[in-house]
Amino acid sequence: MTNSITIFKREMISYFYSPIAYIVIAVFLLSSGYFFARILALSQQATLMYSLANTQVILSILAPVITMRLLSEEVKSGTIEMLMTAPVTDFEVVFGKFLAALCLYLVMLAPTLLYVVFLGWVGDPDMGPIISSYIGLALMGAMFVSIGLLMSALTRNQIVAGVLGIVTLVILFYLGFAVSGTEGWYVPVLQYVGTYDHWEPFTKGLVDTKDVIYYVSITVLCLFITIRTLESSKWR
Amino acid sequence: MIQVDHLSKRFGDKTAVDDISFRVHEGEILGFLGPNGAGKSTTMRILTGFLPATSGTARVAGYDVFSDSLNVRKQIGYLPENVPLYLDMRVNEYLTFRAQLKGVPKKDRRARIQEALEKCGVVEVQNQIVGTLSKGYRQRVGLADTMVHDPKILILDEPTIGLDPNQIRQVRALIKELGKKHTILLSTHILPEVEMICGRVIIIDRGKLVAIDTPGNLTSKLRGGATIHLEAKGPLGRIKAGLEGIPGVLKVKGEDESVALSGARTKTHHFVLETDKGRDVREEVFNAFVENKWVLLGMKKEAVTLEEVFHQITTREAEETAEPLPPGEGPAPKGGIKETVSGLIKKIKA
Ligand SMILES: Nc1ncnc2c1ncn2[C@@H]1O[C@H](COP(=O)(O)OP(=O)(O)OP(=O)(O)O)[C@@H](O)[C@H]1O
Ligand SMILES: [Mg+2]
Repeated sequence: MTNSITIFKREMISYFYSPIAYIVIAVFLLSSGYFFARILALSQQATLMYSLANTQVILSILAPVITMRLLSEEVKSGTIEMLMTAPVTDFEVVFGKFLAALCLYLVMLAPTLLYVVFLGWVGDPDMGPIISSYIGLALMGAMFVSIGLLMSALTRNQIVAGVLGIVTLVILFYLGFAVSGTEGWYVPVLQYVGTYDHWEPFTKGLVDTKDVIYYVSITVLCLFITIRTLESSKWR
Repeated sequence: MIQVDHLSKRFGDKTAVDDISFRVHEGEILGFLGPNGAGKSTTMRILTGFLPATSGTARVAGYDVFSDSLNVRKQIGYLPENVPLYLDMRVNEYLTFRAQLKGVPKKDRRARIQEALEKCGVVEVQNQIVGTLSKGYRQRVGLADTMVHDPKILILDEPTIGLDPNQIRQVRALIKELGKKHTILLSTHILPEVEMICGRVIIIDRGKLVAIDTPGNLTSKLRGGATIHLEAKGPLGRIKAGLEGIPGVLKVKGEDESVALSGARTKTHHFVLETDKGRDVREEVFNAFVENKWVLLGMKKEAVTLEEVFHQITTREAEETAEPLPPGEGPAPKGGIKETVSGLIKKIKA
């Protein structure tokens, strides 16, 4: 565990030495700020519900950008050899990197708390849905980041890893949408697999165990496959 | 310290390491010598737990490299080929990270890092970003990393490659110094390096272990005898014939023949004599000169270095196989270190 913290710290140093952290944060703030302002102006309601609902697509794009170089770059530059010949386990490496990506993701979200402060100043927002939305964002972030990390383990090219991650997340996002209104046995399956139906309840103030389990289990599954991928890369 | 038994590694149907067995004893500096693609790096990667072996076993400090990899890695400081470092970190940040990762206790950390920085001569660049360092300095940072947790064993893959001559000397001196406290396994293609710093040498070729011995023994085993350099005045052809007649002289090379052919008798000639094992022919040479009233200006017996042995072997091969050369032209220099090493390997196998 201490090794995961050590790796976490290194990745954070690396994030803030590179332009990635700043670019990701800036893009997120610009786009979420735009939605916030537009939606607030249109709805005239002191709620974050609609604007946070919209951030999911932005996050589907930004999360893989955060994770894309985490493992692919290590393999490409050969630093993986230094890393894996130190006394650390594959789990500690993957978990440390996961924590770092999740942390940057949360740092990226943090400034949106100012919107909440702003809402409190101009109106009287219902805090329940706001709090549950942030819980949902954190859980969703864990899942997005773990999927991005897995993609980074699958290829040594970080751009490919980023694109794979974005494509996967965007497909997962539209999966539920695409079938809504149609009928068939696959509809509930795809809606369960898709991310949108799990996210929406959080924006309405509902923290449902079904959704929590969805996010957590996919996160754990992806981390597990990532560790396995890292192990098996030795057996070239 | 390191026990390797019947170790093999295959990549697909390509055998990179083929049934290698050897021991590295505590406190010893062992050199791993072989041409490109011999399997040096692959063996080291197996020892450090980065790659699994296809068959065979290896134990480091008593721990199996496969089943007890974590304990093995705690005992080892490893410098991979090409020294992959995180280019975006500062040198001291990087070493702090590595020291933490390798479990250096917090209270010792500053001192350990300071010592590594000083020993490897990177104190003055400790606040620089690794990516802005020159190749030689990166190499040193890599070395500082290998020793930061004071491991029992250092495994260094071509530690002096890409350094300038001064840095090579410094790094060799450093490795020798480290050898007093640590067991070291290092790989190289540079023969003098092995002679200078290694107690024993392993030579591998295409995955197979060809020889394992001290550099001294290897040289004397391989060496036909000493080389004697002569400087003389007189009729070149007759001197050459005379020298060739001396028992124990294997081969005579007159290096100044072109001058001699132009008829300039007063010009000096250089002769290189290769002599039989364990025979000193200098007295006979001197007598031959006295009897024939040739003028001997100088005579020098040379201790043959490993590298010269290698070179001799290959040039001899070249002479044996090549068309008869016109007088005055020595065998075409067949330079490359690869040829010389493979020449040595042929000789050992013979
Ligand atoms: N990951 C790999 N996949 C396939 N073949 C490999 C792999 N790694 C090494 N090899 C092959 O194994 C052989 C031994 O390689 P190795 O890197 O151990 O040689 P080396 O002795 O270190 O050579 P050099 O002096 O050039 O560093 C080579 O033929 C190489 O092509
Ligand atoms: Mg190599």
